[in-house]
Amino acid sequence: MSDPLTLDIKDLRLSFQNWSGTTEILHGIDLKVAPGERVALVGESGSGKSVTSRIVLGTMQDVRTARVSGQVLFEGTDLSARTSADRRALRGRDISMIFQDPTSALNPVFRIGELFQEVLKRRDLKVTKAEARERAAKILNEVSIDDTDRVLNSYSFQLSGGMNQRVMIAMALINEPRLLLADEPGTALDVTVQAQTLALMRDLVDQQGTSVLFISHNLGVVREFADRIYVIYRGRIVEHGATKALFDAPRHPYTCALLSAIPRLTGGGVPDIEERSPDFDAPFIDHAELR
Amino acid sequence: MSIFTRFLGRLGASLIVLIGVSMLIFFIARIIPGDPARIALGPRATEAQVEQMRETLNLNEPIIVQYSLFVGDLMRGDLGISLYSNRPVMTDLVEYLPATLELVLLAGLMMVMLGLPLGAISARHCGQWPDNLVRVISLLAVSAPAFVWAVGLVLVFAYFTPLFPITGRISDTLDVERLTGFMLIDTLAAGRFDAFASALHHLILPAFALALSGIGQAARLTRSNMIATYEQPAIEMAQAYGFSEARIARRYAFKPSLIPSLTIIGLDFAALLGNAFLVEVIFAWPGLSRYGVGVILQKDLNAIVGTVLIISATFLVTNLIVDFLVSILNPRIRYSESSR
Ligand SMILES: Nc1ncnc2c1ncn2[C@@H]1O[C@H](COP(=O)(O)OP(=O)(O)OP(=O)(O)O)[C@@H](O)[C@H]1O
Ligand SMILES: [Mg+2]
Repeated sequence: MSDPLTLDIKDLRLSFQNWSGTTEILHGIDLKVAPGERVALVGESGSGKSVTSRIVLGTMQDVRTARVSGQVLFEGTDLSARTSADRRALRGRDISMIFQDPTSALNPVFRIGELFQEVLKRRDLKVTKAEARERAAKILNEVSIDDTDRVLNSYSFQLSGGMNQRVMIAMALINEPRLLLADEPGTALDVTVQAQTLALMRDLVDQQGTSVLFISHNLGVVREFADRIYVIYRGRIVEHGATKALFDAPRHPYTCALLSAIPRLTGGGVPDIEERSPDFDAPFIDHAELR
Repeated sequence: MSIFTRFLGRLGASLIVLIGVSMLIFFIARIIPGDPARIALGPRATEAQVEQMRETLNLNEPIIVQYSLFVGDLMRGDLGISLYSNRPVMTDLVEYLPATLELVLLAGLMMVMLGLPLGAISARHCGQWPDNLVRVISLLAVSAPAFVWAVGLVLVFAYFTPLFPITGRISDTLDVERLTGFMLIDTLAAGRFDAFASALHHLILPAFALALSGIGQAARLTRSNMIATYEQPAIEMAQAYGFSEARIARRYAFKPSLIPSLTIIGLDFAALLGNAFLVEVIFAWPGLSRYGVGVILQKDLNAIVGTVLIISATFLVTNLIVDFLVSILNPRIRYSESSR
């Protein structure tokens, strides 16, 4: 295999230790992201989406109470086998992340321009202020921000949520990472702004050929965005397939419940999923072979 | 609203407070029982002498007239004659204030230079042994008042193990010309490094005793602020971008945590002026606090008013400085009005 998968997760398990023993949160996840592919991980609150992304990011392995087992291969090498410093070296350069609430994620005591410079320093330690501004302005243009000077001189609390989200997308992609993790991006924004910024994000990752792992609790949001979808329920993948196949013929009862809970355009927020039913524990369903 | 206009606003408010304080202390000093003219002259003075004294002090005028006379003199830098020392109150203040300020400033510096880093270390190693150590020490530090620490430190570091001198501002054998009254500055200005070392040596123990509970307070506050900051999405983002832990601690967690810590340290610092009294007594420190209590016991009206005014003014200046630093650190304050 000449071209290794960007991300290849095999039998990933995660448990947390507490005073009463250990609680397993992920019970063996398998998930693949090919180069340039956009993959969604969808499930309800508490199903283990964010912890999965933290493991890929490599920060969960540093949490003292967390036990991670299984393999997480990033471009063919196992993250779990690496040291904490090695994993950190990947972050901000090869792997990058977009957060749910852009306004609180962008540090309020630094100007946007300073934050961009910090991020650029992850690739090039010697980047000057002027170079950083120039490169930041260029990528801000790509996410449809024209008054770049004003934005770069602002603090996050001076900008609107939608503007911050674009800034965050630009920041996540400025170092041209090979994998972008997006954990419920823009859920804190209103629906139309979220849709606009997601479209901008899709254009930019298309252009850069970035692989994306998109995390959401809302199947409706990922429909336009993802090539493939994994449905996660209580720490297990319950259904997987190409987006079209999964939407055309959802087979797992939990997926059906999620689909019927997609909020209409006017509605927003977390969908109401019907009562936890024993059907949801039905076996894993795989729609198609990868590639 | 720029930093500058904000600063002007604060300055104006401080002046109003100062005027209020001057009125309050002026009237209170005149209401408390006991005849100041009689106390000043002693029990053997004749009634006529006392009456004469009351005349010179304007004590027979209506209180409003007394206050306006006082304000007029104050504008000229004249706080009247101290009945206690028989000198102009201004002269006394100029003599005693530098000693106290030197003590308090060094104590304040220790609060910042020791308290903040200790808190930061504690937060970074939350739950591990450095954290536990700092927590125990800072809890101990805040749990006893400054004079208890003063006595303890004298016993341990001056009496049982004579590492530090017990009393005074400088060694008796040294004589340095008085310029500013700040011993550290005067010795340096005279180019006398031996005297500077001696002055610093004398200053460390009382300043540390005075600072100790503030150090503990600053460490505890910085720790809890930093731990709270660590839970914020901005820190998670910094980690997600692979910034080093040391950099995150320094730039992303410490700076925002400084804002509330600094505000409290400013208040603590102003309180040091009051706490300094017992410490000054224990270390035989010739400062303003000792003078202040002396004049209160003597019911020396002019000196009481002068001392209170100078302490209030120091308090207000400290607050102004802290406010200014906080608004520099916190862009949200700097831009709170201009951005909306
Ligand atoms: N540090 C931790 N220690 C203990 N348990 C944790 C920790 N982090 C997460 N968990 C648990 O792991 C489970 C999965 O959490 P996770 O954040 O991945 O959910 P999620 O799918 O992202 O949900 P949401 O949609 O609400 O973000 C939850 O039950 C949570 O309580
Ligand atoms: Mg989550």
